[in-house]
Amino acid sequence: MLPAPLELTDVIKRFPGSPPVTAVDGISLAAAEQEILGLLGPNGAGKSTSIGIITTRVRPTEGDVRVFGVDAVRDPARVKASLGVVQQTNTLDRSLTLRENLYYHCRYFGMGASASHRRSDELLERFRLSDRRDAMPQTISGGMAQRLQIARAVAHRPALLLLDEPTAGLDPQSRIALWELVGELRDEGMTVLLSTHYMEEADALCDRVAIIDHGRILVVDAPSALKRDYGADVIIDVGLAAPADEVVRRALRGLPTVTLVEDAPAGLDGRRDGTALRVAASSSDGIVGAIVAAVAPHATLRDLSVSDTTLESVFISMTGRELRE
Amino acid sequence: MSDIIDAQPATEGVARELPAPPSVRRVMYGLALRDLRVLRRDWAEFITRTLMQPLLFIFVFAFVFPRIGQTIGTGAVGAAAFATVLVPGLVAIAVLFQGITAIALPLSTELGGTREIEDRIMAPVHVNIVAIEKVLFAAVQAVVAGIVVLPILLIIPDTPVRLSLADPLLALIVIPGAALLSGAIGLALGVTVEPRQIGLMFSVVILPLTFLGAVYYPWAALEAIPWLQMIVLANPLVYVSEGLRAVLTPEVPAMSSWVIITALYGYSAVLLVYALRGFARRTLS
Repeated sequence: MLPAPLELTDVIKRFPGSPPVTAVDGISLAAAEQEILGLLGPNGAGKSTSIGIITTRVRPTEGDVRVFGVDAVRDPARVKASLGVVQQTNTLDRSLTLRENLYYHCRYFGMGASASHRRSDELLERFRLSDRRDAMPQTISGGMAQRLQIARAVAHRPALLLLDEPTAGLDPQSRIALWELVGELRDEGMTVLLSTHYMEEADALCDRVAIIDHGRILVVDAPSALKRDYGADVIIDVGLAAPADEVVRRALRGLPTVTLVEDAPAGLDGRRDGTALRVAASSSDGIVGAIVAAVAPHATLRDLSVSDTTLESVFISMTGRELRE
Repeated sequence: MSDIIDAQPATEGVARELPAPPSVRRVMYGLALRDLRVLRRDWAEFITRTLMQPLLFIFVFAFVFPRIGQTIGTGAVGAAAFATVLVPGLVAIAVLFQGITAIALPLSTELGGTREIEDRIMAPVHVNIVAIEKVLFAAVQAVVAGIVVLPILLIIPDTPVRLSLADPLLALIVIPGAALLSGAIGLALGVTVEPRQIGLMFSVVILPLTFLGAVYYPWAALEAIPWLQMIVLANPLVYVSEGLRAVLTPEVPAMSSWVIITALYGYSAVLLVYALRGFARRTLS
């Protein structure tokens, strides 16, 4: 059997300090060939540390990390030769032009001059950066910078691509364009591990998603299977004229199919004043009527919206809280 | 030759056997090419920062002073001797500070803020190789700086400077040692100093090194102030100045060659060990 592109076994990372911080607490995870595997979790869940361990930059306190069967702790140079890495922040070389960022990256990976020139031009073309090839990285947009970072990461044709929060801070169009790119790279044979705290991203892009919280993996499966097995069937957002008191909440919790009642995520104004509640229910049958009937005696209902189950509801049911805090 | 070997495709048939990483030499070469590109883009800056300080010093002390009759030493003989003392010292400054400008300043910002070095850290070698390439590149740059500065220091003085390369072998040992020390100091400062402390580094590290570095006087002349003569032995610039003095101006008294050589290479080794540890600490966790 061929070794898996990525295999983590019982990996623990404790950072010394007082108190010591256990960022990764016993993670086991494997990626299959040409898979897009997502690490989904809130900030501080251990996603970046996990990716850092695979990049050989973070030494695991315990456990085994293998990339195509090669031990990342023992033989970092060999592992790095087959990794493409996009960090969370913009790490483009600001002393070099866009094209030179690609060209010298190829040289760092031992490619010869003419091969590096060819590869840089090809990537500029493909990632739609050709007209800015001689610009400096400080002068391009965030979306372009991210495309260049991915182009640079794949320039030496790595077999495993690691993306740490690749679309954080990008506008929606750039984000979707990036998803398409990542999908194409996978189709060409690359295995991709990406971390994200965007539900939509995990849902739209990943073949499998590992939900990670407090340094542990809670569950790994295809998004559709997660939604089927762990998700509530429906999420109902309930808008009230006045902040909900405990009586209203208790009435909602008392409904037979309701699995969770909590304050809805803060809206654009960032307020959480108790006038918006989020209810998760295991069945959509008659739920709207039941909610109206439960709320009516205690409060004035302003609006009500029903949405299908999402990964967000999976996360809520797994961790008992929402992802964006 | 290594091109051919490295270009071999991975073993056919084993689809996902990891390819061997490129040789360390090849990766270092790639890293050096990048540094060379950056240096070529900023060559005017390189020349300016290398020449400015020595140029002003030699102009004021060895050209203006004798002309306005403000002599250092006694009469014309004193002035001539002073120019001869000054030249190796100023070359030493140009050499030693190249390491600081070539490594310490950019590295401090890259590690402390922009993380631009990430892509090089991910190159398929141990991270120490990335640091060692920086030291070697800075060492070469330091030698170039010395070569650029020297002719100007010879042209400007009002009185002749008496140079002679009496011991070429000593030059072949001292000059690489001085260059290596320059790179090692640059790396050590680069991994230690935070970007916001750069201003402080100039007043706390660079000024004392310069003024107490046996630049403007031979170390032996400090005999008159024995405690100072002892204290400045901690200053690495002393050994670069004295080393260049031993190489370029044998008529001016200099420290024993053995002391100079031991100090240059010993200091380099100690600083490199410290700096590489610091580099690993800043890039790995």
